[in-house]
Amino acid sequence: MSSSEYILTTIIFCGITTLLSRVIPFVLLKKFTLPPKLVEFLSFVPIVIMAALWFSNLLIAKPGHLPQLNMQYALASLPTFISAIISKSLLIIVIVGMISLAVLRLI
Amino acid sequence: MDTYLTKKSAIKESIPTIFGYIGISMAFGIIGKASGFSTLEVSLMSLLIYAGSVQLTTLNMLVAGSPIASIVLAAFLVNSRVILMSTTVAGYLKQENLKRNILIGTFLTDESFALGMNKINYTNDRLNFTWFNTVNIVSYITWQVGTLLGAVLGSFITDPKKLGLDFAIVAMFIGLLYLQVIGDKKLNKVLQIIVILISFALTYLLTIILPANLVVIVVTLIGCSLGMVIKHVFF
Repeated sequence: MSSSEYILTTIIFCGITTLLSRVIPFVLLKKFTLPPKLVEFLSFVPIVIMAALWFSNLLIAKPGHLPQLNMQYALASLPTFISAIISKSLLIIVIVGMISLAVLRLI
Repeated sequence: MDTYLTKKSAIKESIPTIFGYIGISMAFGIIGKASGFSTLEVSLMSLLIYAGSVQLTTLNMLVAGSPIASIVLAAFLVNSRVILMSTTVAGYLKQENLKRNILIGTFLTDESFALGMNKINYTNDRLNFTWFNTVNIVSYITWQVGTLLGAVLGSFITDPKKLGLDFAIVAMFIGLLYLQVIGDKKLNKVLQIIVILISFALTYLLTIILPANLVVIVVTLIGCSLGMVIKHVFF
């Protein structure tokens, strides 16, 4: 599969996935309710997945060794996190994050 | 916010979300370009996937060359909170016909959901198709315009690393995580922090034994299960 085919196929399947997860509850809800256990499981998904995505970006995998910390990314995470607490705005958080890393690379 | 469920009040009430939307979608466009994707590919992601966190995850995993099946599974997991949102909204639109329900679901986002949940505080727990559909359309158009602007802007940025652009995606995850924790009124804050710390530990441990593209999915499945156990035992 060529690289553009790979990308296009992935986009289409991800599109179908997001469409279905939005629409199916509307169609099904007239007949069923979600099992409470599943609702509870799903309630943890956003924080777990965001934490995993964040932290996996800070780690450099070394086959056969313990993962190394990407120091620049780890340090840039600090001001980014503080800007999140202060601003609560995704746009500002992203801008502060990029500036932090750019400054770290200059030093 | 007013008590009317008209097109006019929907447009008025969705204006504040436009700013947030333009910002995030532009950032996505820039990141997409910086990660080596074409303007067309970046725009297609926004047009077809239309979910910021899923698009970022997809982008990240495509760059890593992950298998399509694992990207789609990750997309489903990242987006699974939308199932909760559409389940909630569907409860308020039972009086509308199925076609209209499907249309609302197709364009439902975090922002239109949040706006809708805010609106019911003013309308005696009522929502309708006209109001919700208008909010959805405004959001969708804003998202597409922002993505395109970002992608075009991204072409002029020759060395994205110098600008720290590669960190934009990580910063976005940090922001989304923080906003999720402070926005979630249902889960206990201490419980959330414990689960986040566990997720960090799991990510570290699983990075040792699993290929990079499987770590996030496995962490999510184990982390959510552990979260449920801890909630029942200690909270």
